[in-house]
Amino acid sequence: MSEITVYERPKTWTPDVSSHYCPGCGHGIAHRLVCESIDELGIQNDTIGLAPVGCAAMIYDYIETDFCEAPHGRAPAVATGIKTVRPDKIVFTYQGDGDLASIGMGEIVHAANRGMNLTVIFINNAIYGMTGGQMAPTTLIGQKATTCPLGRDVAVSGYPIRVSEMLATLPAPGYITRVTLSQPKYIIKAKQAIKKAFQNQMEGKGFSLVEVLSTCPTNWGLRPVEAFQWLMDEMVPYYPLGTFKDFE
Amino acid sequence: MAKGRITVLEQYCKSCGLCVAACPKKVLRISERTNAKGYRPVEQFTEGCIGCAMCAVSCPDAAIQVFKEQE
Repeated sequence: MSEITVYERPKTWTPDVSSHYCPGCGHGIAHRLVCESIDELGIQNDTIGLAPVGCAAMIYDYIETDFCEAPHGRAPAVATGIKTVRPDKIVFTYQGDGDLASIGMGEIVHAANRGMNLTVIFINNAIYGMTGGQMAPTTLIGQKATTCPLGRDVAVSGYPIRVSEMLATLPAPGYITRVTLSQPKYIIKAKQAIKKAFQNQMEGKGFSLVEVLSTCPTNWGLRPVEAFQWLMDEMVPYYPLGTFKDFE
Repeated sequence: MAKGRITVLEQYCKSCGLCVAACPKKVLRISERTNAKGYRPVEQFTEGCIGCAMCAVSCPDAAIQVFKEQE
């Protein structure tokens, strides 16, 4: 009788470090999937990440690859620069919805429109997490946040932006998909998508974006398990899962 | 059914309970003791683990290691 290891901490995850994220935060799962993908592709020493502004600003403390911190929303622009001078490196950005979909909307649209050979991990949790739960461009209609205590009003704030669908209308980007972290089966699919996004870049195919529907239990005011249920009940109907564009 | 076991790296656990909800065999629970951060780490309280690693897959802090017995 012998024993095999089914699961252990990814090698790219910084050893002996406990993350600062709130209990049950989806960032931890997404970080882990990025680490596992990098491990499996064997690209730890060739990867350069771009840290966003937001809760994940300290991502470089948790993922042991090279990292560069970009100003708010500018990660795709900085990544474009790094990828241009070091095309042999694997460059990825990890951005939240406040970072990518609001102040960084210009950068992501133009990086996608150029078809830059980049990997973008976009975490959509429908709220600004770090700054205290303000309304984000992705906040759902009627969803309460500190800057819309009565719920998002379309007449005042417009509609939530479906970033993946919008970018998929551009001719240049190659792989755009939306996944979620709500249950183990979806997490396994999310892992496949993230790994594929890295693989696309290694093969020089072009721009890949994975939108990850995640939670913010603290600012949503829900327990972690309830938050993932809320995600499935409320967010997934508005942000349907699926692949909007692929290279084939 | 294959027999498995888990090791919880208690210093990283934040007792979010996602693994407890994900476990198909319901062999996990939040324990009574506290770790250095003040959270109550999760524990396996009964036999029946099959080593499916659903708990580890849903853990945001990579705090669960899973092992499986093999013939």
